[in-house]
Amino acid sequence: MSKAPEHLIALAGNPNCGKTTLFNAMTGARQHVGNYPGITVEKKEGICHANGSLVRLVDLPGTYSLTAYSMEEIVARDFLVQDRPRAVINIVDASNLERNLYLTIQLMELGIPVLVALNMIDMAASRGMEINSGELSRRLRVPVIPTVARTGNGKDELLGAAVDLAEENPAWEPLHISYGPDIDPALDRMEREIVAAKFLTGFIPARWTALKYLELDEEVIKKGRGIDPRLSAKLEETGEQVSQHLQKTLDSYPEAIIADHRYGFIAALLKEGVVKQSQKADRLFFSDQLDRVLTNRFLGPVIMMLILYGVYQFTFTYSKIPVGWMEAGFAALGNLADSALPEGPLKSLVVSGIINGVGGVLGFVPLIVFMFLAIAFLEDTGYLARVAYMLDRVFRTFGLHGSSVMAYIISGGIAGGCAVPGVLATRTLRSPRERLATLLTAPFMNCGAKLPVFAMLIAAFFAAKEPQVMFLLTILSWTAALLIAKLIRSTILRGPSTPFLLELPPYRLPTFKGLLIHTWERTWQYIRKAGTVILAISILFWALMSFPGLPEIEKRIYDQERSSIMAEAPEQIRKDLVEGKAPAGGAGKEFEAYRVRLQEVDFEEAQAALRNSIAGRIGTALTSVTKLTGFDWRTNVALLSGFAAKEIIISTMGTAYSLGRSKRGEDIPLGERLARDPGWNPLKAFSLIVFIMLYAPCIATISCIIRESGAWKWGVFSLVFNTAVAFIVSALVYRGGIWLGLG
Amino acid sequence: MPIIPLRKMAKGQNGIVHKVSASGELGRRIRDMGVVPGTPFQVRGRAPLKDPVAIRIRNFTLTLRNNESDFIEVEVDEVL
Repeated sequence: MSKAPEHLIALAGNPNCGKTTLFNAMTGARQHVGNYPGITVEKKEGICHANGSLVRLVDLPGTYSLTAYSMEEIVARDFLVQDRPRAVINIVDASNLERNLYLTIQLMELGIPVLVALNMIDMAASRGMEINSGELSRRLRVPVIPTVARTGNGKDELLGAAVDLAEENPAWEPLHISYGPDIDPALDRMEREIVAAKFLTGFIPARWTALKYLELDEEVIKKGRGIDPRLSAKLEETGEQVSQHLQKTLDSYPEAIIADHRYGFIAALLKEGVVKQSQKADRLFFSDQLDRVLTNRFLGPVIMMLILYGVYQFTFTYSKIPVGWMEAGFAALGNLADSALPEGPLKSLVVSGIINGVGGVLGFVPLIVFMFLAIAFLEDTGYLARVAYMLDRVFRTFGLHGSSVMAYIISGGIAGGCAVPGVLATRTLRSPRERLATLLTAPFMNCGAKLPVFAMLIAAFFAAKEPQVMFLLTILSWTAALLIAKLIRSTILRGPSTPFLLELPPYRLPTFKGLLIHTWERTWQYIRKAGTVILAISILFWALMSFPGLPEIEKRIYDQERSSIMAEAPEQIRKDLVEGKAPAGGAGKEFEAYRVRLQEVDFEEAQAALRNSIAGRIGTALTSVTKLTGFDWRTNVALLSGFAAKEIIISTMGTAYSLGRSKRGEDIPLGERLARDPGWNPLKAFSLIVFIMLYAPCIATISCIIRESGAWKWGVFSLVFNTAVAFIVSALVYRGGIWLGLG
Repeated sequence: MPIIPLRKMAKGQNGIVHKVSASGELGRRIRDMGVVPGTPFQVRGRAPLKDPVAIRIRNFTLTLRNNESDFIEVEVDEVL
């Protein structure tokens, strides 16, 4: 059997043109989501069959243009030039032809074989637009196929035509447009020079290179300088001359003139006979009516708050059930391993290191699934763009973007969120600096894992004012996140804000299939990529907290204590203690007394072992510094363990106070113990709360920060920087409090 | 016809892009979205905090910040 020919075909189009829906319709579940090397732009690939050929379909990021400003544009362009797909399917929103064709024209200027999918043709019809696709095809001189991505209408014809084009494999033939009398002569001259020098012509048509030199395209010029500095200088000089001339005569720039002529070309293309607009239908009527309410000055913000609260509720309330199953499942697995394996370091590794680690990774999965579902819904309906529109003014003040709000809320802006899905939620932000600032500050929010620690401390020290303190903490975390975002944006991420220019797409009902695919891809990506890091670090933490253990001599002391307790016990009770079953009747009380005494020894031993572990020694060593914030070694070691997951802070503190390790969420009398401890006071408790709110995110979050920012350095940054911020603020709280006489 | 910056336009007012004076990334983004001289549009509204502004241009809704709309000069029938 001969292998079917395989064709590489790319999908290009504007954001909101239905590109991903069409991609899903064509490839179904046979797709793979990855990243372009070194950056965070998603790369989606899928396989489908058409006309007996295998098609490898690459969904390029949605772009309005092929300039070199955003990561998405550079990625799309580089892919076309370097991977040289046989054909590009350019998806065009039929109801928004003029602007969508701007990209089409640029693809054709590049010369790559293009076919146009005239998508959402039904939507255009409902707005009273009738488009003559045959005529458009004739004028553009490329195939034009009407499609409806939502229903899959036209996708087979489209794929068939794409395969035909790919098999024909025509040479790249750049479209020639006139850019007017000031540009054209210079462009022709530059083109001739480029052809003569064979400058970049192996990859890119000469005319396109010349055009990019006139548009001052940094990427192309940089590449050109590296290959032929002399010719590049000459081309740059020609560009400069044209530019100066245009500024003198028209007060304009070459790239502006070029854009004007592209739009002029499109206007001419669509003149007479392509689009017929009937007067009867109210264009965008429904969407505009909705916007009248949803972005209304007064109602808009109120409804937005309700919807954001709804997203939060949906994510965290409904995911509780599967989270519960996960926890129960892993607890059962832990118990199974506990009873099956012999006592020793191997058992400890399996139970505390691996099962807890895997549980930690998978425990987030329901949250992530629900969060992505909710956000995909808001994004696909078009509402998320309205949120950005309404909130931009507030967030811009802090160097962020209107869309930052989603990440903040999910991370715990409404107390009880989780920074892992929160950091992943920043994917909806397309402005790189704003996005990075958002994902670095989102972990300051009060996530669900910090809450039990806060609850314990508040109950112990501020019992009378519980709701007020909790509210204060929410305000504090928002203040901290926004101010630190401002700080980051005016220092390490300094730079003007990325242009906002956001399209408000018409409201649409998303397809269920699209939502599911979208959610599944991202969740799987989290499990694969973030999961491995989290697991590795969980094991590392287990080792830090377990080794080197107690020296033999000390272990023997505890063993002796246990033996002497056993020796005191009457014969029958000793037997029951060994077997671990409580006797019925009057002997029960006495048995219980012995059991508690034995347990106390165990707890003492666990405490001593923890103090002697690497983590314990680090915690002890750090006390010379943490005296500024009022933390002793017990708090330090608990905070270290909280780096693995914040909720562990309570159980580690429990061990450090010889109260025994409780399972997660189980109530232990730690609060009472601290309240009675003369070494503790409300000021110390508050200093600790502030520290926990602000210090290093947990490893799950850090691994997501690394994944989402595309660089290890941002993970390390949030670890070091957040801890430094936390330390400074708590030290100010503690020392300031003492100075005010509160300690 | 009077020429005013987009920022000064009232809700519901129609205009024709006269000039885009921004250069660099902002200028390119503005042009990419189809805001080029000669294009008619209408101001649809402003966000609750009066910024950004939403315009209907070439059959879609575009929002831009006030400080971005300062770079767009518009021909209008009358100054409202």
